[in-house]
Amino acid sequence: MRKFVDLHLQPSVKDSDQVEKIVTRSSKLGYRLVGIPLPPNVTQDKVRQLRGICKDVGIDFVTRLDLTSKTPRQLLHELRRFRRRFEVISVVCTSKAVARQAAKDRRVDLLSFPATSSRRRFFDHAEAELASNASSSLEVDVAPLLSSKDFLRIRLLSTLRKEVAIAKKFGVPVSISSGATNLHLMRGPYDCVALASLFNMAVPLALCALSESPLTIVERNREKLSPDFVAPGIRLVRRKKDCLSV
Amino acid sequence: MRRRYLALRVLGEHFVSKRDVVDAVWSAVLQLFGEYGASQASLTFIEYNSDRSWGIVRCSHRALEMVRASVASVTEINGKPVAIDVLGVSGTLKALRKKVLLKRQETTT
Repeated sequence: MRKFVDLHLQPSVKDSDQVEKIVTRSSKLGYRLVGIPLPPNVTQDKVRQLRGICKDVGIDFVTRLDLTSKTPRQLLHELRRFRRRFEVISVVCTSKAVARQAAKDRRVDLLSFPATSSRRRFFDHAEAELASNASSSLEVDVAPLLSSKDFLRIRLLSTLRKEVAIAKKFGVPVSISSGATNLHLMRGPYDCVALASLFNMAVPLALCALSESPLTIVERNREKLSPDFVAPGIRLVRRKKDCLSV
Repeated sequence: MRRRYLALRVLGEHFVSKRDVVDAVWSAVLQLFGEYGASQASLTFIEYNSDRSWGIVRCSHRALEMVRASVASVTEINGKPVAIDVLGVSGTLKALRKKVLLKRQETTT
């Protein structure tokens, strides 16, 4: 059975009740793994508490950090500082220079663009080529599509259609997430697939964007963050004291 | 013509009547796909239980994704925030009722 993933739930982390409600609804909708963006200075106790809430409803929890760097230099600095502390790193690209830097950096997992301004969506051919080499994914949030109306929605759909076509052409994985800040903006995986058809995403591709693509990111990063990881394909099997006993 | 039956559940904090749901779904279809698209959907409301906020909609099997997207795009009814979930889809009413009932039993246990 397919394991559905929603890497972008946006409840207020301070409000445990809201987190619990959103995570419970996620579980009812059929998601098995959720990601919640955390502040950079989040404590381990808070992470443990969130993990506990998710565990209670039978969902796996992923720590995520959204970087909104203003310059490429700042982005590099923040990546160096936070990469090993979070399982998923997303960069909200607010300028072209930051978007290009994020696309070519292998430490960046998700490229996300502001939904409200189509001029600030820098996912073009050059960006896609860089992203495909660095194996980062394009993130598409469903919430802005639901909350926007009339002309804004038309523009957003048209931009998403172009971006998804470019991503497909260059083999950049697309990750669909809810981006929901409240219960009413959350949709089930198959509803998201139907909504993805509005920007010409075929059903198998949309299903992949809701399960395999985000799952690959999480598994890859969990492996890298594990203490036994040495390099891609190389893992520590036994430590010194264990070796002596053999 | 092959048909698909969709079981819907309205999630909201206020009372929503059948007429409200029908209007909301129809206007969502019209907004997203226009009159031409709506004419291809063969959309019909079979039943709606306002106490349980639960209903059944029928559409053409070719228009399933279209209706699903429209239903998912409903975010408010009478200015109040709501979400409409699709609980299940089936080719016959009998199978749909069975499916939804099974799902309910699974969630309660």
